[in-house]
Amino acid sequence: MLRYSLRRLATALPTLLAVITLSFFMMRIAPGGPFDQERALDPVIRANMEAAYHLDLPLWHQYLIYLGNLLRGDLGPSFTMPEFTVAELFAAGLPVSVQLGGWALVLALLIGGGLGIAAALRQNGWIDVAVVAVATAGSTIPTFVVAPVFQLVFGLSLMWLPVGGWQDGAARNMVGPVVCLMLPQLAVVARLMRGSMIEALRAHHIRTARAMGLSGWSVVGRHALRSAMLPVVSYAGPAAAALLTGSVVVETIFSVPGVGRYFVDAALNRDYTVVMGAVVVVAVFTIVFNLIVDLLYAIIDPRVRYA
Amino acid sequence: MTKPLKSLLLGSAALALTLSLGTAAMAQMTLNRGNLDDPESLDPHRTSTLAEANLMRDLFSGLVALDAGAKVIPDAAERWAVSEDGLTYTFTLRADGKWSDGTPVTADDFVYSWRRVVTPDTAAEYAFMLAPVVNAEAITAGKMAPDTLGIVALDAHTVQVTLNAPTPYFLQMLTHQSTYPVQRANVEALGNAFTKPGNLVSNGAYVLADFVPNDHITLAKNARFYAADTVAIDTVNYYPTADAAAAVKRFEAGELDINRDFPTEQTEDLSAKLGDQLRVGATLGTYYYGFKTDKAPWSNPKLRQAISMLIDRDFLAEKVWQDTMLPAYSFVPPGIAGYDAAALDYAEMSPLDREDAAVAILTELGYGPQNPLPMELRFNTSDNNTNTAVAVQEMLAPFGVQVSLVNADTKSHYAHLEAKGDFDIARAAWFADYSDPENFLSLCKSGTGNNYTQYSSPEYDGLLEQAAAETDPAVRMTLLGQAEAVGVARDLCVVPLMFYSYHNLVSDRVLGWQDNVMDVHPSRFLSLQ
Repeated sequence: MLRYSLRRLATALPTLLAVITLSFFMMRIAPGGPFDQERALDPVIRANMEAAYHLDLPLWHQYLIYLGNLLRGDLGPSFTMPEFTVAELFAAGLPVSVQLGGWALVLALLIGGGLGIAAALRQNGWIDVAVVAVATAGSTIPTFVVAPVFQLVFGLSLMWLPVGGWQDGAARNMVGPVVCLMLPQLAVVARLMRGSMIEALRAHHIRTARAMGLSGWSVVGRHALRSAMLPVVSYAGPAAAALLTGSVVVETIFSVPGVGRYFVDAALNRDYTVVMGAVVVVAVFTIVFNLIVDLLYAIIDPRVRYA
Repeated sequence: MTKPLKSLLLGSAALALTLSLGTAAMAQMTLNRGNLDDPESLDPHRTSTLAEANLMRDLFSGLVALDAGAKVIPDAAERWAVSEDGLTYTFTLRADGKWSDGTPVTADDFVYSWRRVVTPDTAAEYAFMLAPVVNAEAITAGKMAPDTLGIVALDAHTVQVTLNAPTPYFLQMLTHQSTYPVQRANVEALGNAFTKPGNLVSNGAYVLADFVPNDHITLAKNARFYAADTVAIDTVNYYPTADAAAAVKRFEAGELDINRDFPTEQTEDLSAKLGDQLRVGATLGTYYYGFKTDKAPWSNPKLRQAISMLIDRDFLAEKVWQDTMLPAYSFVPPGIAGYDAAALDYAEMSPLDREDAAVAILTELGYGPQNPLPMELRFNTSDNNTNTAVAVQEMLAPFGVQVSLVNADTKSHYAHLEAKGDFDIARAAWFADYSDPENFLSLCKSGTGNNYTQYSSPEYDGLLEQAAAETDPAVRMTLLGQAEAVGVARDLCVVPLMFYSYHNLVSDRVLGWQDNVMDVHPSRFLSLQ
């Protein structure tokens, strides 16, 4: 399995290079640049600024410089915040996004999974109806509606929680962002879990296990759950990559210093280096989590083997 | 130790502790300011945004500053003298001026800093703020050495500045943060890292204590500031508040004492809920459309006038912008001392009369519902810009002007305008860097970078040049007024639509807040109750 993992990571490198190359050139095709704004810069001042960032060089030359720096682990300075390197920005923001996303993911899997199982076991019962209703609501009401309502209710009316801010990761400040990040994921997990559990409970080996007199909990917990988990695990991989790299909506509304906003703001500001940094981070997360999913498959499903 | 003595000692210790805690609690005054965005830089010479200007005014002291009411007051310089011809300014620095590391603020600091601003390597966006100084422009262009800049230290506390031409608004320009001093030793020792918390040495009322991007910036009172005893607030937290709606909720919850924005569509509700904690008033900014004046048919000023007449500015300001903008009939906003803006002729006409006049022109030019005139309107994407464009489209449609809308994100939009790309009419805005009409009117000067509309008139340029050479302030203002009458009111080099207003949320707890057209509110003049 170790050899398999290493091989997978090695084959991921060309993918990463392709992603970086495509993003680099696509970003430059977009009209405008980091120094275009409401007021025109004096041509001389503009030339000075472009020279300071190598923007006066031919594009292929800039690309080679970027790749060279990247190989040395240097993501460059941000264009919009030149006193910070991209690495510094991500070093400050990524732990925040990973904490929030990690909690949201774990809670979504536990609560969503539990609700899905409960609904499947009592199919068409009141629990099932309630879970389906919650799951539908959770996946249809967008976060930009849930988050402000959450602030109004728990921050302004009940005054149980702060409206926004991070306060170095105080638990009180994390509740809102985690709940709002979690809800849509919880809904998806609950629906997936319910569906696959219903299917698993109808499988032949479960019927056999029941016929052999195994207790209900043992059948569900040891046998049905294993196969029912597979779709959830496949979903959780990319979902984890997305959650851990932050959410622009949640971070902006709750004033949380994560990295999610860099994906949108940096692109709009033509902050080329930050955009590229964000691309690299997401690409690495996606590659790693897809690998983890594949490895988990081998653990959960005895039919899957990697040599 | 006897029992009574022991209890006396314990008692007095407890009393002392209580007292010291009490005074500590009293002394600790923390102001939480919502500040739009994070700064792009904390190097005063590399800053440009409004959010940065707010921080710079707290961290640094320039030669002069703006007070709570935005009047020019002495700051690092305690006085100055201007020569007869208006070309030489001699500033005397205050003797007790100190950097936050305890070293004195000297004339050399200013000489070093100003040379740094105009040096090409600094890549300072606002290097043009020093353009009036002798040789500044040539140095920025790399044609002359930085030490030829027209600034010299006569002695440790005297700075002499020589200008190219009398520049009546020069002191106003010096309130801009790009003219603030940085400490030479600090910059040379640390390079780009000199702005980091713990590194930054500043000479203003506050020092930088902490900066977590996207989270907060904390400033602490600078005990070495020359007027430290007048500064009431000990700690100022600046929070980026990109989401105005969320910031309003944080304000209501008491997490923010001040926020520099609120969603304009909530104006009515908020004003009912928050009363006079909502502060709205005119500021020095103009929202305008500009015709591409070097392209037919827009090269005809009459056509430009007809379309301008058909735009109902009151509707835009009241309905689209919910009274957070004021209708504009001149390019230069009101509120600049000594200046009377030249308004468009039809400012006082009723909408119906305006329509009649416009229809007469359109008919004369052969346009009307039977022979429609297509017009492409470009703007940068935002809800309010879109709503404004759609409203204008509706206003013009009945008269045969068929407006098609093209929007792009801010960077693409301005890249297109700066490249002198093709368009019929486009949206732009201008905010004053200093309180002087010239700051607006120079936008219509032939061939300048911000002259997106390509307007070029020798008459207009001539009036501006005359004004620039004029030493009598009153005559100069009259000349500028004549220039506006020609370039804006007669020729519509730009079509002014609305004046921006500041819209601030200021808690009742905040004392010392004075509304002003520059929307400048240094923390050192504020306190909390």
